[in-house]
Amino acid sequence: MILQRTLTRLLTMIATLFGVAVVVFVVIRIAPGDPIAMMLPPGASQADIDRLRALYGLDKSLIEQFVIWLSGVVHGDFGTSISLRQNVLGLVLGRLPATLELSIFALLIALAIGLPLAVLGARERGTAVEAGIDVANGVALSIPDFLWGLVLILLFGVLMPVFEISGRVSPQLDLPFTTNFYLFESIVRLRFDLTANLLGHMFMPALALALPLAAIIAQLLKQSLKELLTLDYMVLARVKGFSETQVILREGLKNAALPTLTLVGVQFTFLIGGTVIVERLFSYEGLGNMAIDAVVNRDLPLIQGIVLVFALLFVVINLAVDMAYALLNPRLRHG
Amino acid sequence: MSTPCLEIESLSATLANGVRVLRSVSLTVEPGEVRALVGESGAGKSMIGKAVLGVLPPSIRVVEGRITLEGTDLGNLSPRASRALIGARTALIPQDPLTALNPSRRIGPQMTDRLVRILGWDSAKADRRIRKLLDDVRIREPDRVLRCYPHELSGGMRQRVLIAAAFAAEPRLIVADEPTTALDVTVQKQILRLIAELQREHGTAILFVTHDLGVVAKISQKVTVLYAGKVVEQADTAALFAAPQHAYTRALMAATPRYTDPMASLRPVDEAVLAGLSAEIATADRNWKPNTKGSGHD
Ligand SMILES: Nc1ncnc2c1ncn2[C@@H]1O[C@H](COP(=O)(O)OP(=O)(O)OP(=O)(O)O)[C@@H](O)[C@H]1O
Ligand SMILES: [Mg+2]
Repeated sequence: MILQRTLTRLLTMIATLFGVAVVVFVVIRIAPGDPIAMMLPPGASQADIDRLRALYGLDKSLIEQFVIWLSGVVHGDFGTSISLRQNVLGLVLGRLPATLELSIFALLIALAIGLPLAVLGARERGTAVEAGIDVANGVALSIPDFLWGLVLILLFGVLMPVFEISGRVSPQLDLPFTTNFYLFESIVRLRFDLTANLLGHMFMPALALALPLAAIIAQLLKQSLKELLTLDYMVLARVKGFSETQVILREGLKNAALPTLTLVGVQFTFLIGGTVIVERLFSYEGLGNMAIDAVVNRDLPLIQGIVLVFALLFVVINLAVDMAYALLNPRLRHG
Repeated sequence: MSTPCLEIESLSATLANGVRVLRSVSLTVEPGEVRALVGESGAGKSMIGKAVLGVLPPSIRVVEGRITLEGTDLGNLSPRASRALIGARTALIPQDPLTALNPSRRIGPQMTDRLVRILGWDSAKADRRIRKLLDDVRIREPDRVLRCYPHELSGGMRQRVLIAAAFAAEPRLIVADEPTTALDVTVQKQILRLIAELQREHGTAILFVTHDLGVVAKISQKVTVLYAGKVVEQADTAALFAAPQHAYTRALMAATPRYTDPMASLRPVDEAVLAGLSAEIATADRNWKPNTKGSGHD
């Protein structure tokens, strides 16, 4: 039973990734723009062009190219970047930690803003406080992440320069890191000076990514809490003598989190998608920033590699959400 | 005379649109006594129970009257203090055991949380107490039950759990809101017997909400008959059954099933009686003005 479910799940994941691979592979080859022409100086001979084309395998049929690429991927070889002339897998893995740290930090900020607002709004339901929260949520939601980025750059980068607006870490610093998970490693190594510097760089892009998600969490969770608050077990908890806040936190939060969780999972994947533009905006050296360069340079192997890694991330997040859902729901756990 | 356990004086409540749902209700529950609150569906029985426990929905406004718990006027307390007092002195046995337990928390913590968190008992003492009461309600495998989630227990088991939890903190007053209505008939009898037994053993006063006169006769010493939010008759239970004074009470009795006349349950309460009552209430509503500010607690 469980084995069958896991197997189905695994096959679905593989099918999803395969689908993504096909679509990306085809689309970037149909889209206008010739990567080879961009690599060579103007006036290169046709022979040079053909030689380079053959070198990157672009002279073969689409299907042949796909099969070659896919069999490489299965063996962990994602090909060579056309613009950077380096191993795609190495490039992608080098940048992935920066994007992961940024996204997770943004998720934490979104939770830190959204959860208390949801609880407060549910407790103060029907009052001006709730109305204020609704308005703030509306504003946060109707401005997309990259515009938040611009607003934040204006506010805290230009008008009141508190945070760094560019890069991942100050370039003059000596970095003792062995992995690219700088933030994580700085904490593990107790180099809190570096942690502070990293956070100073990461804070604004993360906040820009977090605000819309925070609004969604606040709104959804508040709504589910309000629906739960009239239920009998909530009434019973009040009779027991628990304060409204205690009732919400002890009896409500876990049950309200279930319906919210799935949507937060989906929204988190959108957030990761948002890193592409936001990283660019803040010159943050992550995967998203690299993706834009890859597209601009028509670097087909690199685009494919990056998209596949993003797809893998999404699939894994969905899996994690489903597992968390089952873990939180005693009915699923036993049934 | 001793201080009543619960005293409701001239309690009136309205919906947001001004429609009255409670009409100057007064009733008293003496220490250790069971008072039945009987009336048909929609009469406002649950509303009275919720008002006493301070859990009226926000759409309901108390516009006059006073609720006194063991001599303390709840209207004089801050919301926080009134909730603390209600938490310490009262308990609720709810109508529907299926929805009155949190589906995502185990039974054990749901039973002990009031003892530990509100009354400040240490958890070993709370645990002993809960096990004693589970034994009292004839739950034979306390270890298993305490570890269960609500959906793993039958309705009857859950109601036993809720009854045990209600008595565990030694409340002075329990509001039981139709505690057997959601259960099937054989289980109803067992549950009723358990409540009666625990009530005698602990000497707890109970405001027992029901629409079933058969239950009234079995469990209560006093009875208040409610119609459309208005008290139509109050009496000793025995006296009421021997000689009901009000036409509505008589009509209600006539509509109650007996084993000798099972079809009676299908007989509605006499139309003429209801028409008379409604006219009486309409006149009273026209002349009514709340004479005090609402008792304030939510
Ligand atoms: N949350 C609410 N908002 C508005 N009106 C309500 C609300 N709850 C109850 N009422 C109304 O108040 C009146 C009294 O309801 P109440 O629940 O006290 O009746 P009851 O005597 O307990 O009936 P039952 O036997 O069906 O439980 C009814 O007319 C009902 O429609
Ligand atoms: Mg009711």
